[in-house]
Amino acid sequence: MREDDHVYLSLAEEQDDARWAFGTGFEDPLHGVDTSVPDGVDPAELAALCLGLGDDALIAAQRLAEWVTRAPELEEEVALANIGLDLLGQARLLLTRAGQVDGTGRSEDDLAYLRESDDFRNVRLVELPNGDFAFSVARLLVFSAHRLAVFERLAAGHADPVLRAVAAKGVKELTYHRQYAAEWVVRLGDGTDESHRRMQEGLDAVAPYIEELYRAADVRDEVGAVLAQVADAATLKLPAAESLEGDGRAGDHTPCLAPLLFEMQEVARALPGGQW
Amino acid sequence: MTARASTARQTTAREVAERVVDPELPMLTLADLGVLRDVAEDADGSVTVALTPTYSGCPAMAEMRADVVRSLHEAGFADVRVRTVLDPPWSTDWISADGRRKLAEHGVSPPGAAQRDASPGPVPLVLGAVREAVPCPNCGSRDTAETSRFSSTACKALWRCRSCSEPFEHVKEI
Repeated sequence: MREDDHVYLSLAEEQDDARWAFGTGFEDPLHGVDTSVPDGVDPAELAALCLGLGDDALIAAQRLAEWVTRAPELEEEVALANIGLDLLGQARLLLTRAGQVDGTGRSEDDLAYLRESDDFRNVRLVELPNGDFAFSVARLLVFSAHRLAVFERLAAGHADPVLRAVAAKGVKELTYHRQYAAEWVVRLGDGTDESHRRMQEGLDAVAPYIEELYRAADVRDEVGAVLAQVADAATLKLPAAESLEGDGRAGDHTPCLAPLLFEMQEVARALPGGQW
Repeated sequence: MTARASTARQTTAREVAERVVDPELPMLTLADLGVLRDVAEDADGSVTVALTPTYSGCPAMAEMRADVVRSLHEAGFADVRVRTVLDPPWSTDWISADGRRKLAEHGVSPPGAAQRDASPGPVPLVLGAVREAVPCPNCGSRDTAETSRFSSTACKALWRCRSCSEPFEHVKEI
């Protein structure tokens, strides 16, 4: 076999250190980017914003990855994994940025793998178990509609050029994610009696967690309009807004987060700094 | 070093970097893909290459970076830096005409124009829109259908052709 016949053979050469196909070499997605903090930007505020948005994406990506081998169809599995991969990419950029500006010098890996659940700042919506496929697409709709609205604002006017660029890139990705979720909600809601019932249950189960998203970033007009549009097309009822005690951005979490982190962090904690 | 020699070196460096191929779409060079944003030679003779990622989570980015450095080392450039450029974000509109032709020749449907109207305000959600059929790269038929918006990589969607029954991938507009 010629060397270039097989993509992995060329990766096995000795002269470079990027071993993405083998699991290591995932360092610094902001490689070579000007990472200074502009005047007038409070580093602590910027770090908190990046950490919250980075944790949202990281935990959402981990839940999406859990659908692999479990999705109703192969195409949906591939779609959910790809959406998770986009979010993981956003998480890497945002956590790297958070570690740069919070003064601790922590890397994306330090932040992802070496914090306890109390130190995570994600909204609780993303940490809930996947449940029914209908619940997962209802969650993805709410999450991506909110994140898209937030990223549009950040891309348009945040004072930090790194966060602004990360957001501008994310807008394009999130537009696809929201479209995917919205189409599934409509297909299931406006489908059979069984799919309608389960889609309504999924939407009802997501509802109590929505207000927390607005506390993190109040874009309720945009998100509310999208949810109303989708619910209408899907013949579903939008549940009344409720509000839960506590706040994921302040470190309050459901008992579902710790087991997720245990699984996600297990190898990194067992083999600190491991290379393979 | 004279100014002319320096310019020649910079041109050579650019040509070397332009020829590096995408690890996931090896029919495309980085120049075809539109991710190579700049190649510059600094006063000290070092070369700085600016690359932009396609998708935030594209795992090929680190590999591209390593391939660029390796190719330039092999071409005699000892000191090479790669800079990531995030802004403006990559668009499939940056894939060259040559790149589109090569994609089609390899059975991958090239992207259409990226739709992003310049109107201010939120990105609209359009439900029930009929997606414009993309021609089958195998037989040219327009009787095709999208199977999934997502495919083997983040940048592609999965389609099938109703005429020749072949599945194919389409680089989706972004």
